[in-house]
Amino acid sequence: MSSTASAPVQATGAAARPMPGTLRLFWRSFAENRGAVLGLSITLVLIVVALLADVVAPHSPIEQFRDNFLTPPVWAQGGTARFLLGTDDVGRDILSRLIFGARLSLLIGIAVVALSLAVGTVLGLLAAFAGGFVDVAIMRMMDIVLVFPSLLLAIVIVAILGPGLFNAMIAVAIVTLPSYTRLTRAAALSELARDYVTATRCAGAGPLRLMFNTVLPNCVAPLIVQATLGFATAILDAAALGFLGLGAQPPTPEWGTMLAGALQFYQRAWWVLAFPGLAILLTVLAFNLFGDGLRDALDPKLRR
Amino acid sequence: MTDAVLMEARDLRRHYAVGGGMFGKRGTVRAVDGVSFTLGAGDTLAIVGESGCGKSTLARMATLMEPPTEGELLIDGAPTANADAQERRKLRLSVQMVFQNPYGSLNPRKTVGAILEEPLIINKRGDHAARVAAVRAMMAKVGLREDQYGRYPHMFSGGQRQRIAIARALMLNPRVVVADEPVSALDVSIQAQVLNLLMDLQDEFRLAYLFISHDLSVVRHIAREVLVMYCGRPVEHGAKEAIFAQPRHPYTRVLLAATPSADRRARPVAEPVRGEPPSPLAPPPGCAFASRCPHATDRCTAERPELREVDGQRVACHHAEAIG
Repeated sequence: MSSTASAPVQATGAAARPMPGTLRLFWRSFAENRGAVLGLSITLVLIVVALLADVVAPHSPIEQFRDNFLTPPVWAQGGTARFLLGTDDVGRDILSRLIFGARLSLLIGIAVVALSLAVGTVLGLLAAFAGGFVDVAIMRMMDIVLVFPSLLLAIVIVAILGPGLFNAMIAVAIVTLPSYTRLTRAAALSELARDYVTATRCAGAGPLRLMFNTVLPNCVAPLIVQATLGFATAILDAAALGFLGLGAQPPTPEWGTMLAGALQFYQRAWWVLAFPGLAILLTVLAFNLFGDGLRDALDPKLRR
Repeated sequence: MTDAVLMEARDLRRHYAVGGGMFGKRGTVRAVDGVSFTLGAGDTLAIVGESGCGKSTLARMATLMEPPTEGELLIDGAPTANADAQERRKLRLSVQMVFQNPYGSLNPRKTVGAILEEPLIINKRGDHAARVAAVRAMMAKVGLREDQYGRYPHMFSGGQRQRIAIARALMLNPRVVVADEPVSALDVSIQAQVLNLLMDLQDEFRLAYLFISHDLSVVRHIAREVLVMYCGRPVEHGAKEAIFAQPRHPYTRVLLAATPSADRRARPVAEPVRGEPPSPLAPPPGCAFASRCPHATDRCTAERPELREVDGQRVACHHAEAIG
């Protein structure tokens, strides 16, 4: 009696034991890469700032201070401590807009990656499992998407759907879809050839179970890396669409849109352009560094 | 000893179409070309042959993973070819498989307990408590410790992994187990343990084994009947004792002579074998082994020998009487 009572406890204890070891090992190989740690820190700061935007930002992002048009940043001549990074052409505080813009950018990244990851994974698994005509149809469709320069295709899609932040996100998600689909298909194909899949099939498992329970968990490592890198691409593409006036519409404090609105002042007021540009640069760089580090840490072949 | 027939293969054939791209000529690979056998409860039939002779294709057909191109496979007397999906599923469950490579046959992301429980979950057998009890009972049967329930496959040695794989195959109480080279990836010392485990389990559950191997010393240990294959065709089929004592087919003789033995006197005289097996894309019209056979005559290259009874063994050789 006592043995049956203690058995589940034992089981969970044994199941929990390997995980900290694996995590610690993973963290050690991840921390070896300083760039990756830097990327992760910037990302974390960005997330915190975005979550606490209401508290952190000194002003409202859309409030116009009519007597402070194009105020330079605090350290330049004529700057005031009231607007740390200066104001734009209609008197809005740039720092506050950047902080609220971080929220938008992260939202864009999450939404785009979630959408294209979900759809891409399903399409890739479908192609790998079905083979034959379905495989060819899905993969040729992805090839067609890849044929067009990604931004051009995104512009076409937005032109069809109409400009706006939501449509821009859909457009970017469609453009980044092929990489997830191809990655999932390739990983699933190599897993499908392994014996444990055959064994599960022998036990009578249906295709859905094989796809999502057996094969997919063994394909996640490359997908996590691709998703992290895709985050950066999504932010960049959405900013580009915003810059072209096809993404978020003013007065939304989206970084790309901020750039577009400030373009005419670049000779008189460099700060209006420089700070949103720097914000995009830093964010994209951080996610790329983080993604690279993840890939190195997750790939046992690159592990020393 | 032989009870009711659990599995019967009648002239199984499996052909693959290959090539035939834009300009290539279409070809047919005859991976398995006319194999017949019967397998009763408690029986072990060993399929022996070199790489590429169609052993694994036969295994895939026996587990219903692939339909035969021609021929019939009966499980428990029921034909599998025309069974509907529901029936096929039921038939498939009575044949389970143990794989060659224990490093690839266990899902690296699942614990031993989850791996063993999965077949029961898929087939909706019992509630959670009953399933866990069944898993623990099976773990004890194959010699795994209770505290290994929650461990991951990478924490086990090859022999232990193969025990897990065997346990998984037995979770659904199959009648037939297809073992595709189950010990060839293991150390010799571990091989014996796993073979003994397989034999103990066979006695306990009255299992029938379709045991695929290229290692004749393993086959000598476990088999009751032996089927030797060459280029997809059976060349000799008979009781283990007869085949090891008096091989009739020149290919079987070469295989036996190639088996290492510690006892110098027990070693049969090695007959030299030249050349390579013929391409399965373009098999010769006569005996497939003729080009390498020391006994080959003109008749061998012209006329394909069929399996025929010689002294209780079935041999596909024109000169079986002379050689024996």
